[in-house]
Amino acid sequence: MALLELENVHSYYGSIHALKGISLTVEKGEIVTLIGANGAGKSTTLRTISGILRPRQGRVMFDGQDLAKTPAHKIVNLGISQVPEGRGVFSKLTVMENLEMGAFVRTDKAGIQEDIEHAFTLFPRLKERQKQVAGTLSGGEQQMLAMARAMMARPNLLLLDEPSMGLAPILVDGIFETIVNINNEGTTVLLVEQNALMALQVAHRGYVIQTGEIVLTDDAKALQVNEMVREAYLGH
Amino acid sequence: MKTQTFDFKSVLKTSLLAGGILIYLALVGLLTAFLDRDIIYKTLSLSFALVLINNFVFGYIAAQHNSEHKWGTAIGIGVILGIVSTAMLSVLVLISEPLNMREMFVNASPTLVKALTFENENIVQGLLPLVLMGTASSVLGAVTFVLPPLWRKVLLAALIAVLAIGTLEELVSDVVTNIFKLFGNKRAAKPALKFFFGRKGWSVNGAIIMFVAAAVGSYLWNWRGSVVKEKIGALPKTAQRNLRIGTLIFLFAVAIFLPNILGGYLSEILVTVAIFTLMGFGLNIVVGFAGLLDLGYVAFFAIGAYTMGVLTSTQLSQTTELVSFGWNFWAALPIAVGMAVLWGILLGVPVLRMRGDYLAIVTLGFGEIIRVLALSNFLQPKIGGAQGILGIAKPTIPWFGGAIVLKSSLELYYLVVVAAALAAFVSWRLRDSRAGRSWMAMREDEDVAEAMGINLIKTKLLAFATGAGFSGLAGAIFAAKLTSIYPHSFNLLISINVLSLIIVGGVGSLPGVVVGGLVLVGLPELLREFSEFRMLIFGALLVTMMLVKPEGFWPAATQKRELHAGDEVEPTPTPEAA
Repeated sequence: MALLELENVHSYYGSIHALKGISLTVEKGEIVTLIGANGAGKSTTLRTISGILRPRQGRVMFDGQDLAKTPAHKIVNLGISQVPEGRGVFSKLTVMENLEMGAFVRTDKAGIQEDIEHAFTLFPRLKERQKQVAGTLSGGEQQMLAMARAMMARPNLLLLDEPSMGLAPILVDGIFETIVNINNEGTTVLLVEQNALMALQVAHRGYVIQTGEIVLTDDAKALQVNEMVREAYLGH
Repeated sequence: MKTQTFDFKSVLKTSLLAGGILIYLALVGLLTAFLDRDIIYKTLSLSFALVLINNFVFGYIAAQHNSEHKWGTAIGIGVILGIVSTAMLSVLVLISEPLNMREMFVNASPTLVKALTFENENIVQGLLPLVLMGTASSVLGAVTFVLPPLWRKVLLAALIAVLAIGTLEELVSDVVTNIFKLFGNKRAAKPALKFFFGRKGWSVNGAIIMFVAAAVGSYLWNWRGSVVKEKIGALPKTAQRNLRIGTLIFLFAVAIFLPNILGGYLSEILVTVAIFTLMGFGLNIVVGFAGLLDLGYVAFFAIGAYTMGVLTSTQLSQTTELVSFGWNFWAALPIAVGMAVLWGILLGVPVLRMRGDYLAIVTLGFGEIIRVLALSNFLQPKIGGAQGILGIAKPTIPWFGGAIVLKSSLELYYLVVVAAALAAFVSWRLRDSRAGRSWMAMREDEDVAEAMGINLIKTKLLAFATGAGFSGLAGAIFAAKLTSIYPHSFNLLISINVLSLIIVGGVGSLPGVVVGGLVLVGLPELLREFSEFRMLIFGALLVTMMLVKPEGFWPAATQKRELHAGDEVEPTPTPEAA
């Protein structure tokens, strides 16, 4: 059984039909990427999974549970962590406080401490800056912090929304390297990206979304050479 | 920092501003109203002190922007500023007689001319001392800026101490007498007071001694203070904790003896301050911790007060159709708090999905609805409409068969202080709990907080309910203090006052609430003798304060970081003292 399964999901913003029957699956241990242009419905899909947006039709199954019926704050308990678009760190709190906030649903103090240490090995930059206020970090560091914070909940599935947005290319490489590292440690990743080239390089499989519908799905390798994808997203 | 090179235009601009303000002070009558109100007896009146303070402050500001920290430049700036500003005032004096502007400016009167020329027949000659002293004061202000920081602090502290105590001389004398009384030696107070104070304000000797004493105290504080702080910082955690508890116990002891020392009038003010502080603690949870802007906070205050009123009034039938329930204060108290909490939740539910400005508007409306309801004929049979509720019982404490009635402000003071201390304690514990963390996350970003697994509904309702509870408690005590309540006591101004109190103290900071209460509620009371100018002075103080210290007098750690993020990147932010 797939870890995450969306089945014919329809979501709306008021009267705007944003997702028109999305179906996708993420298997345990995979990195799956969802690529598409601006406004295609990538972030909407993530918002529907994390419970901020409710699907009007269709099912979102995670580990055999229907997420459409679970309140948003309980979805974290089930093992889904989200790194929101635009990073969304608590800008007035310090790096350390942000990380602690990420472990909000947990009560095992020793485990939390361990995970903070682990986060610092994943992102050594953050260790240097642990007492600094998050708002004063650079864009790349904030992205790292947002990811580290999401990992603090010990998720089975990590949802990443455009981690490369607004970052210098050299930083983007580092971020994607870490995504692979996190995945190697056993966390399943659903990665939403506009930067299709980078996303397809690290992902196992990919879905292409256009105006609220999945138009194409294949192995990442196959998508990289797919004519349509190349033309639309890779700029060749 | 702004540019610090000498710029004549900028100095001139500041000088014109200083002169403009002097003219303004003269025309609104501040320079004539307090001629007899001496700060230093027969030497310096409050009115003339205002001229000097104005020039001192502007001298300081001009030097800050232009002096390049050089003595010569600073003195030059002071001279320019002093001459320009006092010359402007002199022109007003010179033209006020021939032009006779009194139809428009009542205060451009012969009294003003007399005052500023020191009753000299020859006006031009008489204006000389004004120009000289004004200039001396602005030079002093400019030079103060150039002083090394330690000496600057010492000088400012000494000047402020002399001015503040001189202004409030009457109250200070009372306090001193009371202290002597406390030690059973009321007689000894008289000669001491006579030495230090004139019939009004300081005696010259007293002012000098105070100046020196304040300077020495400030010097020790600034010089040794950091060393002491370091030493305390080096102590082990448990010792620091004990020290903090010791300080709290000491403060508590001071709080117990305070009304005896302060006397009736000041105690009365303290009770009001404490009631507002109690409300401040509650609103601080809603606004400071949880970031929910609530402008209708007075509603819960009213609900607490009215519940207390209806349950304990002995004259309920006079204004309503109910027969007295005749409960005692303590039985009614939990009900009053409970009602406020209940309404806090009831208000919370419909506004759960609102944020920021929208929330503020809805809560504002709620506050008005409660006031209008209290005033309405619809509820008149239950809560008395415009006539309010009379004969509310005073709290009593059972004592060996009889009972002590807490009727004077002195006795009520203890009740309020205990309530406020309780509120402070609960706030403090909540802030460091999981609830406090959820509030903090929610305040920063609701969406992300939810993504962290925080139950927004529960978190918001808890904030509203706790805040409302404290306000209800304050309202109940307020009703018992006044023994009668009317709808117009519960207007929007109270909500605004409590909110301002939090902002002035520092949003989200617990000591800030106390400081804010003292400044915002206590200070206007202390300034009461300045009648119509009171709010002018007070408003100017507030504006200055928000410009100089936008984060409040005693900001919470996160707030300080936010507003000074650009100044420096603090490697280790100082933890907020609990």
